[in-house]
Amino acid sequence: MTGEINEIGLVPANWTRRHLLGLEDLSAEEITLILDKAAVFKRAMAKDRSRLPLLNGKTCVTLFFENSTRTRTSFSLAARRLGADTVDFSASTSSVAKGETFIDTAKNIEAMGIDAVIVRHHTPGAPQLLADNLRCGVVNAGDGAHEHPTQGLLDILTIRERKGSLEGLTVAMVGDIFHSRTARSNIWGLKKLGAHVIVCGPSTLVSPRWAELGVEYSYSLDAILPRVDVLNLLRIQFERQYTRPFPSVREYAHLYAMDGARLAKTKPDILILAPGPINRGVEVTPDVADGTQSAILEQVTNGVAVRMAVLWLLLGAREMMNDE
Amino acid sequence: MSSILLQNGRVIDPSQSLDRVTNLLVVDGRIAAFDAQPGGEQSIVNVSGKIVCPGLIDMHVHLREPGREEDETIETGTAAALAGGFASIACMPNTDPPTDSQGVVEFIRGQAARIDNCNVFVVACVSKGREGKELAEIGQLVKAGAVAFSDDGAPVANPELMRRAFEYCLMFDKPVLNHSETRELTEHGVMHEGLVSLSLGLPGMPAAAEDVMTSRDIALAEATGGKYHLMHVSTAGSVDMVRRAKRRDVRVTTEVSPHHFTLTDEGLRTFDSNYKMNPPLRGKEHVEAILAGLADGTIDVIASDHAPHAKEKKMQELDQAPFGIVGLETMLGLVITKLIEPGILDWSKAIRKMTINPAKILGISKGTLQIGADADITVIDPTAKWTVDPAKFRSKSTNTPFAGMELIGRAEMVIVGGKVKYRINK
Repeated sequence: MTGEINEIGLVPANWTRRHLLGLEDLSAEEITLILDKAAVFKRAMAKDRSRLPLLNGKTCVTLFFENSTRTRTSFSLAARRLGADTVDFSASTSSVAKGETFIDTAKNIEAMGIDAVIVRHHTPGAPQLLADNLRCGVVNAGDGAHEHPTQGLLDILTIRERKGSLEGLTVAMVGDIFHSRTARSNIWGLKKLGAHVIVCGPSTLVSPRWAELGVEYSYSLDAILPRVDVLNLLRIQFERQYTRPFPSVREYAHLYAMDGARLAKTKPDILILAPGPINRGVEVTPDVADGTQSAILEQVTNGVAVRMAVLWLLLGAREMMNDE
Repeated sequence: MSSILLQNGRVIDPSQSLDRVTNLLVVDGRIAAFDAQPGGEQSIVNVSGKIVCPGLIDMHVHLREPGREEDETIETGTAAALAGGFASIACMPNTDPPTDSQGVVEFIRGQAARIDNCNVFVVACVSKGREGKELAEIGQLVKAGAVAFSDDGAPVANPELMRRAFEYCLMFDKPVLNHSETRELTEHGVMHEGLVSLSLGLPGMPAAAEDVMTSRDIALAEATGGKYHLMHVSTAGSVDMVRRAKRRDVRVTTEVSPHHFTLTDEGLRTFDSNYKMNPPLRGKEHVEAILAGLADGTIDVIASDHAPHAKEKKMQELDQAPFGIVGLETMLGLVITKLIEPGILDWSKAIRKMTINPAKILGISKGTLQIGADADITVIDPTAKWTVDPAKFRSKSTNTPFAGMELIGRAEMVIVGGKVKYRINK
């Protein structure tokens, strides 16, 4: 354990951010720093799950306005394993239900002495609104269809572990691209690290406009499969769809479900990811989800490591600048 | 007898193709003479270096009273209008209760008369309760003083009702003002649908949602001979349709708001709700089409769509925050800085779109300095440099994306009915 603490060291002076709101404005260097530190935390946790005393005395609150089990638990574990305290705040059981505004709620929580707010919200930009109005750190745990930076980071960490590097890889994301914050965070992160990104789905959810973000788009999973190194199967976000973008789940599964027959057409070393929660039989069939190419559970493990790295970079002891 | 002599100003009155340096004499609330010499009991104002034009008109203002006095009142809204250089405004009927009865029209007019800031013309509802189901009592509303009809933010969705509105208003010679938005295409939308909405993951409002309704309304105006005014045009498609309809002599006019020729949807990248308006800020190609429409006269009017909202309402998540920004106190500066200075419009064309054009559309005897006309006059300092500071607004609300912007030119004095109602503090 002491070895890893020494390896972690202090937060480098060139990391200047107080918030993690998205991957769009991070540099490749910043993303790589997070991934490198996450890898160290992962090794430490594999050896010994006792707490690292890196964020002792800090308090994080998870402020969730949307349901979530995995992300919230993952953030809480990450904070605790660094020695920080965590408090959960749910919109449905709170003053928000009594009509308090989002900003007032957040300011009240901050006034209780909070170092970082980990926020999930159904509206894009809600974490930015907090960052503009609070003094504490803000971590975006998913804002509508905008960004989910730690999900993007954990997907990228999983790919890097299995493939060594992102440079030159072809990564396809399949499914409800339009409503997916995971897709957007992955696009920004993957492109910065040199991967080629394909977004694939029905033409109501993937349009030529996506090409303007610097990615390839396709309506046909079968057409792109043979040249893909990594497949990320995104969940159909029924809760964000105001009108159904395809005629039936059955038709969708026929066109886009990753099953054994489709798997046979891929490169033998294809890596399959799914950010979860997955709809078995819709995005992916059980044989594929539980098969050897799947890294779905590895992603969950990496999620804790990535969130430890993020919280530590935002709240940990910092290297002094030379001119300080 | 009270008289004011405005000395040595550059008098620009597009209603009589006038643009020259002269002395303008006002006597007993009316325009009395040009080239007048000082003499007798006059109050003499030296306006050399300044522009003297008919009192500016803003035909698209939300005064919020009755019903939403936390956002604006008739008193604060008309004070903001004067500070922005306007001698006359037309106020929209999305009040609470809606302006669909003689009582509300008379309340607004009475309140405005008591406050006695600028002239207030009332736009009344075209349908009862702004519900888009049955025509409001348009004849009674005309009698009470309404000058035009609109359901404003609630576009008339039923084409049959729109057709009847055009036809029915014909006998009163009143225009129907419509906000072009096909609601089925914009539900849940908070911004223009384009690359920016795609990358921010925000629900979009496609330009086609405006164009579908503009196209319908032009067809109905053409079929009925009705007077159609398209409010706050924001798309290249609608500008083009209006241009072509005018060539066929359809009775169509349109207005644009300053934010639609100065800002784009890129502003939303800040997630600041002061960039959230309806119609939404569009992409660059739409802004260019609007500038072309302003230059070639397709767009008749510049109007602020002044939409005050109290801070606590705007300071919310983007989907919760209401649409709209205040505009009365920034419009003239934006017109001068963004249209006149770069040479897109000359002074005469710009003033026309804020004086005689809106006056003609609304059928009001304003917007001119003809001898004998009401002495509504705006004096503009065309070179004053100033910075937009919402803390100094006379409006009750400060929701603007232009805070901190450096502008050139502003109103120095506003005369309404021969009385000096506003003079800038220097």
